[in-house]
Amino acid sequence: MNKIKFLLLILVLILSGCEKKNDEKNLSLYSYGDYVNQEILDIYYKETGIKVNCDTFATSEDAYIKIKNGGINYDLIIASDYIIERMIKENLLQELDLDEIKNFNLIDDRFKNLDFDFENKYSVPYAWGTVGILFNKKVIKKNNLSWNILWDEKYKNKIFMYDNARDNIAITLKKLGYSVNTCDDKKLEEAKKELIKQKKIIQAYLSDAIKDKMINDEALLALCYSGDALFCCKVNKNLDYVIPDEGSNFWIDGIGILKCSEKKKEASKFINFLCREDIGLLNTEHICHSTVNKKVLEALPDEIKKNKIYWPSEKDFKRCEIYHDLGDVLKKYDVIWTEVLAED
Amino acid sequence: MLCIKKIMIREGNFKLRKTFLWSYIFWIIIFIFVPIVLVCYYGFTQEKNNLFFFSLDNFSRAFKLIYIKVFFRSIVLALICTVICFLIGYPVAYILAEKNFKFSSQLLFLFLVPMWMNMLLRTYAWFVILENNGLINFVLSLMGLKKISFLYNNQAIVLGMVYNFLPFMILPIYNSLKKIDLNIIEAAQDLGANAFKIFIKIILPLSLSGIFSGVTMVFMPAVTSFIISNLLGGGKFMLIGNLIEQEFLRTGDWHFGCALSIILIIIIFCFDFIFRLGNKKNNNDNYGGSLF
Amino acid sequence: MKLLKKIYLVIIFLFLYAPIGVLFFLSFNNSRSRSHWGGFTLNWYKELLSDPDILKAFFNSLSVAFISASLAVIIGTCAALCIFNLKKAFKNIILYLTKIPMINPDIVTGVSLMILFIFLFDLLKFGSFGYFTLLLSHVVFNVPYVIFSVLPRLDYLNNNIFEAALDLGATPSYALKKIILPEIMPGVITGFLFAFTLSIDDFIISFFNTGSGVNNLSVLIYSMARRGIHPKINALSSLMFICVLILLYLVNKRDLILNK
Repeated sequence: MNKIKFLLLILVLILSGCEKKNDEKNLSLYSYGDYVNQEILDIYYKETGIKVNCDTFATSEDAYIKIKNGGINYDLIIASDYIIERMIKENLLQELDLDEIKNFNLIDDRFKNLDFDFENKYSVPYAWGTVGILFNKKVIKKNNLSWNILWDEKYKNKIFMYDNARDNIAITLKKLGYSVNTCDDKKLEEAKKELIKQKKIIQAYLSDAIKDKMINDEALLALCYSGDALFCCKVNKNLDYVIPDEGSNFWIDGIGILKCSEKKKEASKFINFLCREDIGLLNTEHICHSTVNKKVLEALPDEIKKNKIYWPSEKDFKRCEIYHDLGDVLKKYDVIWTEVLAED
Repeated sequence: MLCIKKIMIREGNFKLRKTFLWSYIFWIIIFIFVPIVLVCYYGFTQEKNNLFFFSLDNFSRAFKLIYIKVFFRSIVLALICTVICFLIGYPVAYILAEKNFKFSSQLLFLFLVPMWMNMLLRTYAWFVILENNGLINFVLSLMGLKKISFLYNNQAIVLGMVYNFLPFMILPIYNSLKKIDLNIIEAAQDLGANAFKIFIKIILPLSLSGIFSGVTMVFMPAVTSFIISNLLGGGKFMLIGNLIEQEFLRTGDWHFGCALSIILIIIIFCFDFIFRLGNKKNNNDNYGGSLF
Repeated sequence: MKLLKKIYLVIIFLFLYAPIGVLFFLSFNNSRSRSHWGGFTLNWYKELLSDPDILKAFFNSLSVAFISASLAVIIGTCAALCIFNLKKAFKNIILYLTKIPMINPDIVTGVSLMILFIFLFDLLKFGSFGYFTLLLSHVVFNVPYVIFSVLPRLDYLNNNIFEAALDLGATPSYALKKIILPEIMPGVITGFLFAFTLSIDDFIISFFNTGSGVNNLSVLIYSMARRGIHPKINALSSLMFICVLILLYLVNKRDLILNK
């Protein structure tokens, strides 16, 4: 008798574990860490009764690999421009029904119909920003910086870099005066050498931890996304952010519906909800990344709107390039990055 | 009648046993054999346009100097960690196992408690302490000294490993020391051996089995761990574990990742074989069988 | 000499406990900074206990450990019962194969299971990473430990007793229940405890074999620690440490009483 009870108990426990997943109405969202304000998910739950579970990844390459391998069950994904481009090529995203997403017209034209997803058939812009240097202005008293400062021996062990291939190689290419979308082997080899040289003076390659570390003055310089930089500058007044003279990368993250999702309608509704003015406002104030929504931008207080980090000047904007999916060349990027990390 | 019934029961028993046996073999095939075959399959192939073809490129890439360095680094760090664990752990086990030591079992218990904490939390704790603005530097600055960066270097990784794996060294050595027959030591004393000689000639050889299982239990996880080097090394010091993780989760090159896994398995089996040779006497209670 | 020994033990003791002590101390710090005391607070604990993600991960960890250990005990005991009186050569082959997950580095086990699951999903056109794959992967690496803690017990067992019971008219299942199971019970319990602790402490295998938002505590802590230091994790560590301490104390106390 005891055995039967025991087996039953096990069964119940297994079922209780699985049961949560089978909830029909829930949506699952795959995004960067701290990239969606939990508050707006709560609001969505209150309004519609649909719970949105947010699972996070460290870089969108990781997410792409996971989705490509299969065995992953998400409805929505927020990913970088070139990853979206690649997912479209590999048929991993569903076509959107823009009639369902009425708020799409609130989005600034500047962010619509970009190369990576022309006509926005597969993705709706979510946020945008630039890559630049977050630095301690008490020590480094400059207004303009060059990427070369990240190679300066003076700041040995005082520099953080991101631990992903694309951003590191891109800024190195920029430092060398090339495009962020370079495919040429020789130029890439040059960049690799620079990165290996730089490795000796780096304190660490981190991902999201850069924010926390910089706020706590663990280093003087860090490669940083503009939104994260703004967040850090708000908390720690010693910090400032700048887009280096050589130019940089300008990125747009979009939200799309994955092929494996069976809840296209609900997912579209959620995307529509994200594009709403009040929601966009709540979100951009929390995550600090620049909004793509023109109504939200109007509604923002001047101190944010006029902030150079939040909304760079046209001149800065022009200096920035957008990433493209480089197809098989990206494999070379991966190899380069792996070998940089493997080096002493 | 009874006899026939008994035979029938036995037949039935035999059949039941057979089905169990075959289902277990089935289990082994699916969950142990097939995964290894799959790893080998990926390791020895390359992909082009969704077609797989045989290739040794993955291995020739793995034997490039830069990746050999990674293997070398992992083994060296793990060896350093094992040696330090032994040097710290043996005296602890020895003192605790002394016959006139009071509360030895309670103390041993206290030494083993941290082992039961989640490994990530244990590593994370050092993360907090070693920071530039962490506790140690805080104390240093109170004393008027300059801040030193402790985090994100080789030493930090070794420290994290030693901290995580030290109990695995203490426990088996303690067990083997406890098993030593005290009469032998007394006999040696009676025959005029000094303490040093007793230690070298009797205690050390008799605790060898404990040392070997301790070394196995420290070295193996140390070679393959990737969390410690990730959190305390700041991504700058790539170990085999990091490299494999990188290939599977970040670059998605399973073929290379599998080739690396195969090499890692071979390395581990070699070391396992070596440790086992040294520990022929009691290979029954290796691997933590002694933990309980 | 004696003093020296004591000092040495104290130093090692401090080395082992200082980090935990620091986390414990910081978990009451009313400031996110690590080098500055902002006053006493229990806020981090409050936040911790009201965080649904952490609670869910905690529940997942416990239930995966419990279920996987139970399943491993059932599978492992049955397997051990069939294996132990096989012919030597055949037995050795099976035992060697069984041992593979114990010798294999965790990361290889994790990765190879991940490949297996993806292969199966592809084959069946169905399924995804989540609670079930997490559970299954834990069962896979738990089974060998159960088998190897049950087998020595079976080797001690005199096979004739079983035969005698059958001769005296006991059905095999009755004989199994009354003779073999009580004999091997200590091994089974050891195997269960072993499997349970391994499962609760595991990070690497879980890391590769979970997904779709299902986390266990280790995986969640890893993703939190990657994002930086948060006092919530300090509070979590302290709570876990206290739980472990109490649990181990109780287990030991029980053992002491039983031994007497």
